[in-house]
Amino acid sequence: MSLKAFHIVFMTASILIALVFGAWATQQYRQSGGLLMLATAAGSLAAAAAMFVYARWFLRKLKHVSYL
Amino acid sequence: MDVAIPCQVKPHPVTGIANGKLAIWLFLASEVMLFGALFSSYILLRTNAETWPRGHDILSVPLATLNTAVLITSSVTMVMAWAQLMMGNFSKGRKYLAVTLSLACVFLVVKFFEYKDKFHHYQVWFNTPTMVAGHEVTTITGHIEEKTDDFIKFLPDPPKGHKAEAGHHEPIKIETSQIKRLSNYGPWHSNFFAVYFTMTGLHGLHVIGGIIVIGYLLGPGAKLWHRDRQFYINRIENTGLYWHFVDLVWIFLFPCLYLI
Repeated sequence: MSLKAFHIVFMTASILIALVFGAWATQQYRQSGGLLMLATAAGSLAAAAAMFVYARWFLRKLKHVSYL
Repeated sequence: MDVAIPCQVKPHPVTGIANGKLAIWLFLASEVMLFGALFSSYILLRTNAETWPRGHDILSVPLATLNTAVLITSSVTMVMAWAQLMMGNFSKGRKYLAVTLSLACVFLVVKFFEYKDKFHHYQVWFNTPTMVAGHEVTTITGHIEEKTDDFIKFLPDPPKGHKAEAGHHEPIKIETSQIKRLSNYGPWHSNFFAVYFTMTGLHGLHVIGGIIVIGYLLGPGAKLWHRDRQFYINRIENTGLYWHFVDLVWIFLFPCLYLI
């Protein structure tokens, strides 16, 4: 597996953790009602979206590089 | 007499990849077993424990979130360094490597402050239920202001959700005879902190290992670029694979220790 392939695996894991963190922050907001948690949840979802866009750009940019 | 080691740069006819890449994957396989054993121990300890603290109640989620962002960014800069070198941009590649190295150092600095806070934060267990700030408690947490053989002057933490400036938490004097146990939040505090320090400490050692390798490739190891470009690029790729693994371990550690 090349660094390109491992990077895609890593970015997928990063997107998932951002979504999990967003869900956790949303749950904390529902319990405590703190606006900081709501902002954290929104930030996490925005980060997940940004990483998804980056991963697509990365794949397009390195399409000539092998996955091995 | 010079002896050339075969398949350092070009793929081996049997494996289809260069020897260095095969070696780093074998190494990473052994690392998966090491961290896998630790994660398994964590799961067994947690599922069999009568009580287990929630990480977000006793650890700093903001600092851990910052460190997660730092490591994800460092993986991006690592792969950018590799991509720039493949395109023949040596100076840009080195700049990205330097950013990766800096981010790895930032991670360790943040971790240092996180550890430091734990070693200065204490929990006191009383022999019998004791009145503290109008409440009867068996244990309190806070910071030691003064310690003698006969007593400690202890500044309790404010109740959760209250600011320290609220004023209703002044230092209290606790006689040594009242104390059943006194411990800071080091590895000896509880199973949770033993697991926390073992796993994050081992991960931190891997980050230091990455800093040494990236530092070498950025400094004296960079001469290889002028002798054999592809060999240097392969080394950067192998380092990138290691670095991604180290970052991936953190991606698993973060929710396990801090969120759930």
